[in-house]
Amino acid sequence: MNDANYPEDLLYHAEHDWVRIDPDGEFATMGITWYAQDSLGEVVFFDAPEVGTMIAADDSYAEIESVKAVSEVIAPMSGEVIEVNSALESDAGVVNDDPYGEGWLVKVRLTAVEEKSGLMDSAAYEALLG
Amino acid sequence: MSSYTAATEQDIVEMLAKIGCDSIEDLFAAIPEGVRFDSRLDLPEGKPEQEVYAELKELSARNTSADDEVTFLGAGMYDHYVPSLIDALTSRAEFLTPYTPYQPEVSQGGLQVMFEYQTAISELTGLPVSNASLYEGPSAVGSAAYLAKLVNGRSRHLVSRGVHPHSRATLETLAVGNGTTVEEIPLKDGVTDIEALQAMLGDDVGAVILQQPNFLGSVEDIEQLTAAAKEHGALVIASCDPIPLGILQPPGEQGVDVVVGEGQTLGNRLDYGGPSFGFFAAAQEHIRKMPGRIAGETTDADGRRGWVLTLQTREQHIRREKATSNICTAQALNALAGVVYLAWLGRRGLVELGELLVRRTDFARSQLLALDGVTALHEQPVVREFAIQLDVPVAAVIERCQAEGVNPGFELGREYPEYPNGLLIALTERRGRADIDLLVEVLSSAITAERASRTAVAA
Amino acid sequence: MSQTPQQLDHAVTIFEKSKSGRRAFTPPAAEVPDRPITELIPERMLRVSPAKLPEVSEPEIVRHYTRISKRNFDLDSGFYPLGSCTMKHNPRLHERVAALPGNSRLHPLQDERRAQGALELMWNLQHALGEVAGLPHVSLQPSAGSHGELAGVLLTRAYHEDRGDRRTKVLTPDTAHGTNPATVTMCGYEVVKVGTNPDGGVDLDDLREKADDQVACLMLTNPNTLGLFDTNIEEIAEIVHGVGATLYYDGANLNAVMGISRPGDMGFDIVHFNLHKSFTQPHGGGGPGAGPIAVSERIEPYLPRPQVVRLEGNGGEQPTFTLDDDRPKSIGRLRGFQGNYGVFVRSYAYIRSLGAEGLREASELAVLNANYLLARLSEKGVVEYLPVAYDRVCMHEFVLSGAPMKRDLGIRTLDLAKRLLDHGYHPPTVYFPLLVDEALLIEPTETETKETLDAFADAIAEILVEAANDPSVAQAAPYSTPVRRLDEAGAAKQPVVRQPL
Repeated sequence: MNDANYPEDLLYHAEHDWVRIDPDGEFATMGITWYAQDSLGEVVFFDAPEVGTMIAADDSYAEIESVKAVSEVIAPMSGEVIEVNSALESDAGVVNDDPYGEGWLVKVRLTAVEEKSGLMDSAAYEALLG
Repeated sequence: MSSYTAATEQDIVEMLAKIGCDSIEDLFAAIPEGVRFDSRLDLPEGKPEQEVYAELKELSARNTSADDEVTFLGAGMYDHYVPSLIDALTSRAEFLTPYTPYQPEVSQGGLQVMFEYQTAISELTGLPVSNASLYEGPSAVGSAAYLAKLVNGRSRHLVSRGVHPHSRATLETLAVGNGTTVEEIPLKDGVTDIEALQAMLGDDVGAVILQQPNFLGSVEDIEQLTAAAKEHGALVIASCDPIPLGILQPPGEQGVDVVVGEGQTLGNRLDYGGPSFGFFAAAQEHIRKMPGRIAGETTDADGRRGWVLTLQTREQHIRREKATSNICTAQALNALAGVVYLAWLGRRGLVELGELLVRRTDFARSQLLALDGVTALHEQPVVREFAIQLDVPVAAVIERCQAEGVNPGFELGREYPEYPNGLLIALTERRGRADIDLLVEVLSSAITAERASRTAVAA
Repeated sequence: MSQTPQQLDHAVTIFEKSKSGRRAFTPPAAEVPDRPITELIPERMLRVSPAKLPEVSEPEIVRHYTRISKRNFDLDSGFYPLGSCTMKHNPRLHERVAALPGNSRLHPLQDERRAQGALELMWNLQHALGEVAGLPHVSLQPSAGSHGELAGVLLTRAYHEDRGDRRTKVLTPDTAHGTNPATVTMCGYEVVKVGTNPDGGVDLDDLREKADDQVACLMLTNPNTLGLFDTNIEEIAEIVHGVGATLYYDGANLNAVMGISRPGDMGFDIVHFNLHKSFTQPHGGGGPGAGPIAVSERIEPYLPRPQVVRLEGNGGEQPTFTLDDDRPKSIGRLRGFQGNYGVFVRSYAYIRSLGAEGLREASELAVLNANYLLARLSEKGVVEYLPVAYDRVCMHEFVLSGAPMKRDLGIRTLDLAKRLLDHGYHPPTVYFPLLVDEALLIEPTETETKETLDAFADAIAEILVEAANDPSVAQAAPYSTPVRRLDEAGAAKQPVVRQPL
């Protein structure tokens, strides 16, 4: 993925994470933004949480690594991890290629959907990046 | 005084002019008056090379080395023959003088050696992942216990009393920092007491630490001990002498999670205890928790095969306070000696060496046990080292033997008060039949003489 | 593009050269009864198949390792200005004396009375290092700088706890080597970072704010990793001691101040030495080294055991030396035996060669060389692209920032480093310290000539001119090395860490 892009259908956390909430508000998919993967460089490893882990908004729930950097992944919203992207085990570089699609990190059953009001839309996030 | 510098007076003048400084002293102006050292260090004056050589030669001559006596001293380091090609290769400037391979394009030699070394250690231990080496044996045991803490967070570590006393002491030292407690599993009949282990095990036990062969020379039933530990989910760590691993079942195939050990016996000198290297191999699942450098294979921009230091995000320079260890050095040169030694022995040679040691050790053991005043300390199978008991004080007997040019071994009472009469005897391929016969003769006379002197005193 | 012979030579491991039936080792005759091994060791404890070591002849082993050795850059062949690593000449006398049989074949458990030469050498080295540190007590046991740090923080812990004082935090500057915070964690303390002031030293206000009665220790390097001597060192010591904490000296940069300023006089309680840096132990491609520590009186009771001590002789007898294990307050052992004795021999030979004057001169010329090289790199054509990060007289090393070079010429510090390889130089340390953007940490050492420094400065200027012309040259460098840039991400994604057999 070459150019910066921040899809409008996602919500963003200031720590460079995104969340896509299902229409019924029960489940959500999470990942890191284009900016985050670009700053990190080529992603080589995703240290995924275990399915069933409870994650809390604004807290780290996993680590993602490039060759010479480690970054904590911050949860944009709280919930229970119900699935992790197992495709990243064999090639974590997918996070660079397609951060909003194939490069998603976890799926979560949300426990506090109202937390979405604290997140940014794409315009606000892009403004934050400057 | 010797000097390895090159600046001439003229150079210094020109360099200071370029810097824009009047004197070398001015360069140190940032150092506050109060912390300047204005006198002269209290050290003897420097000397020319030939005089330093003479002084150090004189000092070394005051040591009784394995050149000066027939030695059966082991207990963690062993007097194996170091083949001449190791001296030749390790003294090459290309191996001796570079730093850690931070620029892989000009460090392929060192990185390839690490990769080959890792392969050899993996083969010996039966575990898929080896690092590029650690400081030495006992601290490698400490590193393995730290990995256990990182992996399962459990706080009780059980260590067999058959593990080298220096390894157990190191574990105790580090436990203070990492919040574990270390408890000892007693020995029974010269091996780790499995029933005692079972009684101590629980779900709060994070690691069970064993040694193969153990300090008394016994071959432990690693498989059985490991199975017991695994029932409670503990990580099993085995500290191994690598030479016996040539003939013993690899611990990795017996369920052991981490195999570490002292690498001195692989082509390294005694050097009064170091430098040598510690090896560290683990099951695949622990690769990202391993301490130390790891070389990995890759390709260059044109598709050529090459190697780099890999998985560096584990390490201190990146992960800092969250690093898996603070270690930033390997013992690269010593590990080079290790892999060259293993290549020199070769696939068959390592087995032949192991079998030779077993047969000579068995012979020496049976000859000594036939002596009056000597009994077995245990009857377990052994590879290269065994323990006996004397009916007279061991220290005095050792003294008498050394006076005859034979060092009969290690006085066990120094580390094991429960074996006050114990003597630990080690063999290498350098101790042939004639040496064993000499040991038997000298030890026998020493015992007799010691008895006589004690009888005389008593009378 | 034409390839060098080395580039055409596809790398093959010793395992791939194996051929069944070849061998180097000839075992000696057993000379004892040929009993079946299974009679001596239960069969179930024995290997089913041998370890798959290579089967190769001796000439092949020598050629293999000689050939691959030539794929290394080494200090004997060229300039190696790796910052913070002190790549000074390794005198070969040291190898010769370390190899004397009385040293190299001395068993570590030999009776002390029969190892008097070794113990005296260790005692003398302890004394010399203590003198350089300005601290009276030395333990030689730690095996590397990081091991010395571990000892130091454990000593700090023991010191506090012995007085019933349980503390929780250790301060490290944000410029610190990564080993400092990693060590702190291993010792059960929390890391608290202290900021850097505009002069490159410790931010005193930040230090005052963070220094409280929960702080066990401040770990510091002085000169620091920016190559700058912290002029506030006396005040720093006062603040740290004021809250009852210890002051730890990371000796990585000791080469700047030997015989000129002593950590003990600066107020440090614990110092580690890197014998492989200031004291010429060859780096060996990443070890072995040694990291002895020197400590103040109040820390002495906790030093690792055993400790080499001198017993004065009675009535005109010579003193004798012994290993003292009876140290009830000791933190214990950090490793087996007495430490890396072979390294002690080499460093002792160095100290005996140079003496007090020589050590001081070594530091003076190390600082002169660094400042001269900095002056050469501050000339027009270089300084615009690689300005010094902190414009002060440096000590034995200095930091340049490649940020303007990246912005104006389009090449990064990494590219410059790789292009230096084509000029026959080992690059400086890159991307450290972390707080300087595109950092280049340069340490020339005292054993290099002015001509070498001039040629190196010229090479950097030349690369910058080339980059102004065509940045793609440096961006794809190196071209002349045995291999070109390597795919590090590929290696980390699917680690191949052993030869499949």
